[in-house]
Amino acid sequence: MTETPLSRAAQATPPGVARKIRGLSDRAIAWIFVGPTIFLLLAINIFPLIWTIRLSFTDFKANRAGREIKNVGLRNYERILTDSDIWLNMQATAHFLFWTIFFQVLIGFALAYLINKKFRGNDLWTTIIVLPMMLSPAVVGNFWKFLYQPQIGLFNYIVAFFTGKDPSSFEMLGSVDLAPWSIVIVDTWMWTPFVMLICLAGLRSIPDYIYEAAEIDRASKLRQFFTITIPMVLPFLMLAVLFRGIENFKMFDLVVQLTGGGPGSTTELTSINLKREAFEKWRTGYASAYAIILFVTVFGLASIYVKALNKVKER
Amino acid sequence: MSSFSVTEPSQRSKWFAGTLVILYALITMVPLAWIMLTGFKTPPDSISYPPKVFFEPSLEGYVNLFTTRTRIGQEALDALPPPDTWYEEIVRERDMVIAGPSKFGERFLNSVIIGFGSTFLSIVLGTLAAYAFSRFKIPLADDLLFFILSTRMMPPIAVAIPIFLMYRQLGLSDTHLGMILLYTAVNISLAVWLLKGFIDEIPREYEEAALIDGYTRFQAFYKVVLPQAATGIASTAIFCLIFAWNEYAFAVLLTSGTAQTAPPFIPTIIGVGGLDWPAVAAGATIFLLPVMIFTVALRKHLLRGITFGAVRK
Repeated sequence: MTETPLSRAAQATPPGVARKIRGLSDRAIAWIFVGPTIFLLLAINIFPLIWTIRLSFTDFKANRAGREIKNVGLRNYERILTDSDIWLNMQATAHFLFWTIFFQVLIGFALAYLINKKFRGNDLWTTIIVLPMMLSPAVVGNFWKFLYQPQIGLFNYIVAFFTGKDPSSFEMLGSVDLAPWSIVIVDTWMWTPFVMLICLAGLRSIPDYIYEAAEIDRASKLRQFFTITIPMVLPFLMLAVLFRGIENFKMFDLVVQLTGGGPGSTTELTSINLKREAFEKWRTGYASAYAIILFVTVFGLASIYVKALNKVKER
Repeated sequence: MSSFSVTEPSQRSKWFAGTLVILYALITMVPLAWIMLTGFKTPPDSISYPPKVFFEPSLEGYVNLFTTRTRIGQEALDALPPPDTWYEEIVRERDMVIAGPSKFGERFLNSVIIGFGSTFLSIVLGTLAAYAFSRFKIPLADDLLFFILSTRMMPPIAVAIPIFLMYRQLGLSDTHLGMILLYTAVNISLAVWLLKGFIDEIPREYEEAALIDGYTRFQAFYKVVLPQAATGIASTAIFCLIFAWNEYAFAVLLTSGTAQTAPPFIPTIIGVGGLDWPAVAAGATIFLLPVMIFTVALRKHLLRGITFGAVRK
């Protein structure tokens, strides 16, 4: 906060006097304004988090409320970290994370680069490209299931049309090999615009004079691209990756509608698995420990990443 | 603009870029266009091979979306008086009669109530908090702000377990109030961050002048700051509304009847003998179209908002 004569005067005035002069003191107003938000977050975010931590050391089952709750210490954590099925879910999540981010960065950056050529009508087309990310993932995911139907689905028909295959010969959602890719396709379709918008903001933040200077130094267009454009967009791109990474680590709605985790557990991302443990098998204590492990993982990875991001920004 | 500039792309590269972007935009629209088309197909047309692009439009999907129907025998059908409404006629052609309205209307209304309710609450609380963070010395302000943002890193399912238990105890499960409070808690972090950015941009001198003129802090806040932040508040409100409108994970876990919103309901629309895709598509169209229109109409503020929120940190 910058020092102004007024704020200095306000600080010099005893609180009691300030109240008499202008109603409530600034300090009181600050707390009245921030209070409700903090209270709501404490009640609906922090209190539940603490409760989850407590439950994670018990064998509580939410569907049997009357049962006596036993303390099991770290056994839930031990069981999760040594469970090979959960490592499979982690792998499915890693596959999903890696490839969605890979494609979204590639296509998103390319689109932003092209839109930045400022052709006529570019803002309208940008808006049209943005549409998928504004829509409900559950409703859209459910409809993609229809597009992916063998035989009658539009997706299979178009693929078959271009490859000459029989449209009923492959099942995007039903086969173990294809299902992990079909969720990558839908997520990429939906969220590439987000990466694109952030890259676009990055490209537009590069001042023209840098390119003009490079032009005077007779740097080739290719050289300009690699020594000016890429390094200057990189912090923005990394930020987009952070946001997509956190979001896709939490991914639930889209994939649960598309595959429900199947076939088998090939697309069972950690969130879907967690939902199954918590709300179908009702192993509340176990699921709480699972939730804490996931939270710590996201938080840890994100913190390391933000450190790297700040280093890039400082350069 | 000068006719010669090194940074202005050539006409040819503009053409090239424009063509590729438009091509991508058209491909990306195919699934959305298909949803809208399918809504106007008859069930047999919707599952025909090859997929039909041209077909005789029908409102059967929409009728099925809003009604529940029962199949009756030929004799019973013949005994009925002739249908007196166009929708009754469509249903009769499939040897069925309308049994009553479906739940879609209610679910859609729930989405509206919960969406607008939580947006209103997030904006009121968010604006107050953002103003305080922007203008007052708050102890540990940076930590508090980071704490507010970090609440978004929790997977919804992880938060849902204790909230499910807490709501069960408090009687908030499957109520509008419960969902409004929950969505407000989720949205408020984004709202505070976005709004603080907008309020930071308003020069302090305006309020200080008002304070010297004898306004109280509170008067200065709502007579000077609020009008200046109106655009920022509006675009933040749109983001909150879209989030609450689209949310699925909490809705499917915490609501089952009274307060169920449309996203968990639409995928469960089932016709007689398998999934009724035209009805699903009709429901999806009604649900998605408002957001699409909103996005196109308010694109200037929205596009700025998405990047603004993300890039400012």
